[in-house]
Amino acid sequence: MRYLDEFGDPDLAQRLLEQIHAVTTRPWALMEVCGGQTHSIIRHGIDQLLPPGVEMIHGPGCPVCVTPLETIDRALAIARRPEVVFCSFGDMLRVPGSREDLFTVRAEGGDVRVVYSPLDALQIARENPDRQVVFFGIGFETTAPANALTVHQAREQGIENFSLLVSHVLVPPAIAAIMESPTCRVQAFLAAGHVCSVMGTGDYPPLAERYGIPIVVTGFEPLDVLEGIRLAILQLEQGRHELENAYARAVPAEGNPTAKAMLSDVFEVTDRTWRGIGTIPQSGWRLSSRYAAYDAELRFDVVDIRTEESTLCRAGEVLQGLITPPDCAAFGAECTPRRPLGATMVSAEGACAAYYAYRRLDVVEVP
Amino acid sequence: MTEDLDFEGWTCPMPLRDTPTVVMGHGGGGAMSAELIEHVFLPAFTGSHADDLRDSAVLPPLPGRLAFSTDSYVVKPMFFPGGSIGDLAVNGTVNDLAMSGARPLYLSTAFIIAEGTPMADLGRIAAAVGAAADRAGVRLVTGDTKVVDHASGDGVFINTAGIGLIPDGVDIGPARARPRDAILVSGELGLHGIAVLSRREGLEFGTAVESDSAPLAGLVAAMLDTGADVHVLRDPTRGGLAASLNEIARTAGVGMELVERDIPVPEAVRDACGLLGLDPLQVANEGKLVALVPAEAAEAVLAAMRAHEHGHLSRRIGTVVDGHPGVVVARTGLGATRVLDLPIGEQLPRIC
Amino acid sequence: MCLAVPGRVESVYTENDTAMAKVDFGGVTKAVCLAYLPETTVGEYVIVHVGFAIQRLDERSALDSLAGFARLGGLTEALGEEPESAAGGGGGLR
Repeated sequence: MRYLDEFGDPDLAQRLLEQIHAVTTRPWALMEVCGGQTHSIIRHGIDQLLPPGVEMIHGPGCPVCVTPLETIDRALAIARRPEVVFCSFGDMLRVPGSREDLFTVRAEGGDVRVVYSPLDALQIARENPDRQVVFFGIGFETTAPANALTVHQAREQGIENFSLLVSHVLVPPAIAAIMESPTCRVQAFLAAGHVCSVMGTGDYPPLAERYGIPIVVTGFEPLDVLEGIRLAILQLEQGRHELENAYARAVPAEGNPTAKAMLSDVFEVTDRTWRGIGTIPQSGWRLSSRYAAYDAELRFDVVDIRTEESTLCRAGEVLQGLITPPDCAAFGAECTPRRPLGATMVSAEGACAAYYAYRRLDVVEVP
Repeated sequence: MTEDLDFEGWTCPMPLRDTPTVVMGHGGGGAMSAELIEHVFLPAFTGSHADDLRDSAVLPPLPGRLAFSTDSYVVKPMFFPGGSIGDLAVNGTVNDLAMSGARPLYLSTAFIIAEGTPMADLGRIAAAVGAAADRAGVRLVTGDTKVVDHASGDGVFINTAGIGLIPDGVDIGPARARPRDAILVSGELGLHGIAVLSRREGLEFGTAVESDSAPLAGLVAAMLDTGADVHVLRDPTRGGLAASLNEIARTAGVGMELVERDIPVPEAVRDACGLLGLDPLQVANEGKLVALVPAEAAEAVLAAMRAHEHGHLSRRIGTVVDGHPGVVVARTGLGATRVLDLPIGEQLPRIC
Repeated sequence: MCLAVPGRVESVYTENDTAMAKVDFGGVTKAVCLAYLPETTVGEYVIVHVGFAIQRLDERSALDSLAGFARLGGLTEALGEEPESAAGGGGGLR
């Protein structure tokens, strides 16, 4: 068992697709919350193979895309400082701030380094005691434990030249916000599998109940995504609205208690602005007061941030599933992965980037 | 970092005035430069008859059209599983010549070395250059050495330029791609890029993957010997298969349709790419080629490729079409289609 | 958001007072932090995200899911039954 190839088996995928076609009797609109699921759907062409009335609306589950513009600008200002080594996941390097991105800052002499894990940044701090090492801690609940442990280690081991610039976002409040929106068309959700690996499934039954929507915890390989879709449609067809777990091999109901304990020590809930969407109350995490000494936002006094979004960019509407990328006039024209106007075109999981990479053909006129 | 290497074939550069590292004086053109050439480079370039050190190499007249190519090599880290910058510097230019159908003959090598580079590293690189030239059957006929201060660079940069001879009747270039051409690949993809990444600081992962750096002129000759009218050859280096096919498609104004399941990617590459969030089809190769050949010639060319040491795992991966010009499309494992896009800039590991 | 990959724990050790493991992703090995799965033993499979093991993989559950997928369609064709409302057996529904 390798847990990967087996879940991409084309014959089993065919069976799942046939089942989906067999049970679907009318149009349905499903939303997958996680950018990784969006990527998988478009990359494997799953949405092309679903029954014609079934629509996958791509949700705002791309932490890179939703990191507030002000936070990006703050990160850029900090990265420019000569004493700072600014460490980040690769995804963030091309995200456009108001005027530039981390790539530009690096090209102009800023010490910006891509790391695979936040622990790598902590190691850089250990090895460079005369520099200020800042780690850009973005992500959903899946990534937060890694950032939490790292700053916890920094504090335990007295690595004072390390700090964390935090911008975490949470899935359940996002689902609520989407359902509360008057233009919401979503009838069922595929919940983010790895978020639930950490947090468990307890937040979702109340949401399913309150909004009368099926919620299916779903994985990322083709068979996982198809199974999540199948169960969601079955619920819709049968008039049920419950939580189901289609990713049981990686999601116990209680999640990871050790991680959750660390998360409640290191972080506290806060209101969070989601780029392109607006402020969703209680939808983010910031460092708790116990860790204030390691909070880059407090350590670096960055003043005078004037945010400025592109007027052409409609990322917010894409993130809410109100339009698809090709509906945007700038898509493929002023806005391409090489010259992105918004974060959804930059992140590999942003819907715009996924459409551009894999679906341009649909937009290209075939003579 | 250099533990994996093979020390054989490299002779100790003593006496070199006890300099364990390269210093500015070695690029000054004086006695130290001469010593560097005499004790590090010449012994390494054993296959080349460069005993007459003139300002320019004088070559005999060549019967036919010439191919001429240059490339600079700046890879970091300089040593990686399966090879070093030295191998790349020779094979890269040799392969560029081979992609025109040329038989590579002569190479120049210019080194720009940062002050402070360990002499041992330089020696190993020189040995690799010499050995690669022997394997590729090219002669190193002229070169240059410069040393720069630490602020201007780190390690060794190499430029090689090469001259090759194109056989009569051979006309290979991207504009020759035609609808119905078969798209062939000479073996497994993604090896070089992953081998290099595995040693890059900040990523370090253990893998059995080794760079596939290899000279391909012999493989090309075997393909041409079948008498087939090979249309296009390309070595998918930076940007991988995706970059090469997209460039050809755009230049020729044709579309391409691939079958993903037929594209050979070894499990170890797939796993490393999965870990870092990379697309194996955008990862660099240094010992592979892509060929577009007329449909009727595909079988014969494939057979010739498979019979060659650098083409055992050759496969047909798709077909050139006249639909969607400039766009390369792949049929996914599930039977849907997706566009195989031109990669943008550096491939970065991602969390999303 | 969650590029997390399954891998097999090859060895466990401590570094900088942190529980770590060498995890094999089918030929690629990487150092992974095990602090969130302290009782993990060699031979177990974990899901790894940004260098951290965040959850164990339940082999029984995985096999059940695959078996469930394999039974789909075939059963319906053969017996003309209603489609199943959940994949496989023991994985748990909620």
